[in-house]
Amino acid sequence: MENIICACGHSNPYGTKLCEKCGRPLTEEGKQTKVVDMRYDGTAIRSKTYNATIVDKIWNFFSSVKVGIALIIITLVAASIGTILPQAIYVNAPEPSKAEYYEKVYGVLGKLYNNLGLSNLYNTWWFQILVGMLAISIIVASLDRGLPLHKSLKNQRVKRHESFMKRQRIIAEGQVSNADETLDKVEKKMSELKYNVRRDGSALLAERGRFARYGPYINHVGLIIFLTGVMLRLVPGFYVDETIWIREGETRAIPGMDGYFIKNNKFILETHGEKQQGGEASQGVNVMAKNYQTDITLYKQPEGALPGDSDNLEKLRDYSIRVNHPLKENGFALYQMNYRLNELRQMNFNLVNKASEESQGQIKIDLTNPKKEYDLGNGSSVQILVYTPDFSGFENGEPQTKTSIPNNPAFLFRMKTPETPKGEVSFVEIRKPPLEPLGENKYRMKFAGAEMRNSSNFTIRKDSTIPILFVGGVIFMIGVVIGSYWNHRRLWLQVDPDGRVLMAAHVNKNMFSMKKDLDTVTTFAGLPPYRDQLDKPEDDNKSAKPGTKEKEGDNTL
Amino acid sequence: MEKKKKRLVIRTIILAVLVFAIGYTVYGTATKDKVELLAVGSKAPDFTLVDLNGEKHKLSDYKGQGVFLNFWGTWCKPCEKEMPAMDRQYKVFKDQGVQTLAVNIAQTDFEVQNFVDRYELTFPVVIDKTKSVQTAYNVGNLPATLLIDPDGKVAKIITGEMTEAKIASYMELVKPK
Repeated sequence: MENIICACGHSNPYGTKLCEKCGRPLTEEGKQTKVVDMRYDGTAIRSKTYNATIVDKIWNFFSSVKVGIALIIITLVAASIGTILPQAIYVNAPEPSKAEYYEKVYGVLGKLYNNLGLSNLYNTWWFQILVGMLAISIIVASLDRGLPLHKSLKNQRVKRHESFMKRQRIIAEGQVSNADETLDKVEKKMSELKYNVRRDGSALLAERGRFARYGPYINHVGLIIFLTGVMLRLVPGFYVDETIWIREGETRAIPGMDGYFIKNNKFILETHGEKQQGGEASQGVNVMAKNYQTDITLYKQPEGALPGDSDNLEKLRDYSIRVNHPLKENGFALYQMNYRLNELRQMNFNLVNKASEESQGQIKIDLTNPKKEYDLGNGSSVQILVYTPDFSGFENGEPQTKTSIPNNPAFLFRMKTPETPKGEVSFVEIRKPPLEPLGENKYRMKFAGAEMRNSSNFTIRKDSTIPILFVGGVIFMIGVVIGSYWNHRRLWLQVDPDGRVLMAAHVNKNMFSMKKDLDTVTTFAGLPPYRDQLDKPEDDNKSAKPGTKEKEGDNTL
Repeated sequence: MEKKKKRLVIRTIILAVLVFAIGYTVYGTATKDKVELLAVGSKAPDFTLVDLNGEKHKLSDYKGQGVFLNFWGTWCKPCEKEMPAMDRQYKVFKDQGVQTLAVNIAQTDFEVQNFVDRYELTFPVVIDKTKSVQTAYNVGNLPATLLIDPDGKVAKIITGEMTEAKIASYMELVKPK
């Protein structure tokens, strides 16, 4: 594609609307309109310039503002549909049956909703691709527009061609008596108004708030940093979200935190009074909890210790984890999430004579460490042959356990007394009469109480992306503020030695502020009165066609 | 011409980086829940655990030998079923440089000893009391078996029950040459 040679001799890239050097309109459309489009200061949008290879075609697709807006709308619509039914993580159903939940509760539409991934929108591939495409669009469109705009603003000439100045919205023409004095006065006043003034012979350019033009680009940089932060959550080490159940008295390795161990010393549940309040009871709510607390000790392995080596754990500190008071260590935080009360920890049995109910003594079985044999000291002893923490029935005569948790402990005992030196075998399951597989016994194990313990559930979190998200958000807001509350004002003035004056002014938004400055400087320097070319439709209705006029509203790019 | 080439290269790089980022995000999300901490070919994390006889077993001490590392629990039926077959194959391969190590997940000594006695297991059984080895190996469901080659690298990861023939072939796989 060929460059456009302006009448001033400057060679402009293809697609340029206003000559980079003198500002003459280069397009037919531009030449015919009364007020030129000052968006991007008339520079060529880069994508329009080249369209040779497939890469350029893809680039140009994303460079289009229309495509960008379409992507934003599609993303918004998808996100709003995602709010119609609850997201899967908030659905009260176990993980594998969530799909059925949607069908059961919401019917065919619910099934479709789930199958399309709308039930887990942020983790759905097509939504992520959509957001990713939006990111590409933001980056490409900003590069294509921001760089030429920056170049053009940086290389602005003081002197512009008449045809450029006359096509600005604000113009003034007339005569002054003393050319140099007028220029000096304008320079003085505009400097007082905090404009940046440059002069070149008979021409003057006063400019203020140029950085306002960068607002949208700064805003886009913030957005991209934010999205990068969100993406980094997937990179190992940036984001940890683990969970752990731990019983009182247990020491466990903390998942996600290499080398750290936690011991649950005590779980405390405090409630507000013993009685239920009327309203709570009617709603089926239990006594109101005042405090959930787990007293823990945090340990760390010595440097270089291997997993499994918990001999020389180094105590870091004691802490009470409460709701909203997580344990914080090395960027990680442990939150109190859940609890389970009353898991069996110790069971006591008396060895009694069935006929006389006379006890031979008591054994205390620590379920975390049952012993093979308990000697009662008086010639009697009890052996544990089998212990199943969660008894689920017999298989080939062997008692089976469902889990390793003592939900339903059962024991196969051999009881020896001086009266029965060979021993009697009894199978004892909690809350059931004992079984006597080898015939009628004289003795039995009588349940004599138990000790319970509680478990706590913690969530382990680490999110190193938060500072990135924060920085991205702050930059985003700075961009919005710059673009919204500042504006780029320019005044071009040309005073020929014979006193002929041509003045033009441009502002990318907030024309009122510009006019205020113009009023001041016009009065002070005795300039001819200016007029707003969009103000006088009765002058010529033809040129004020919609679409060709510069919009009063946001034109910040 | 030079400028055009440069422009094409820059555009291609920018688009490629962005497409890679999107691809990484989509892939990362899709595999987030089933991510294996250990990849085949990566170094098996070293650990040290104590067996029922009070002897320490350190994985790196078995360097130069293949290791058949099995995670199990007494309540886990498939674990129970494959144990006798593992023991038979252990006896075949232990003199050929393949060690077997069974890691129980945080159960009581009593239960583990009882289980070992019942099946007359001869290979070393260690108990991961603090679940730290389980965490380091990211073991979820039981049984899980890792085959570690003589160089200490993970050669294969098997989840679920194994037949005796499979066990034999896996041990063959990590046998030192």
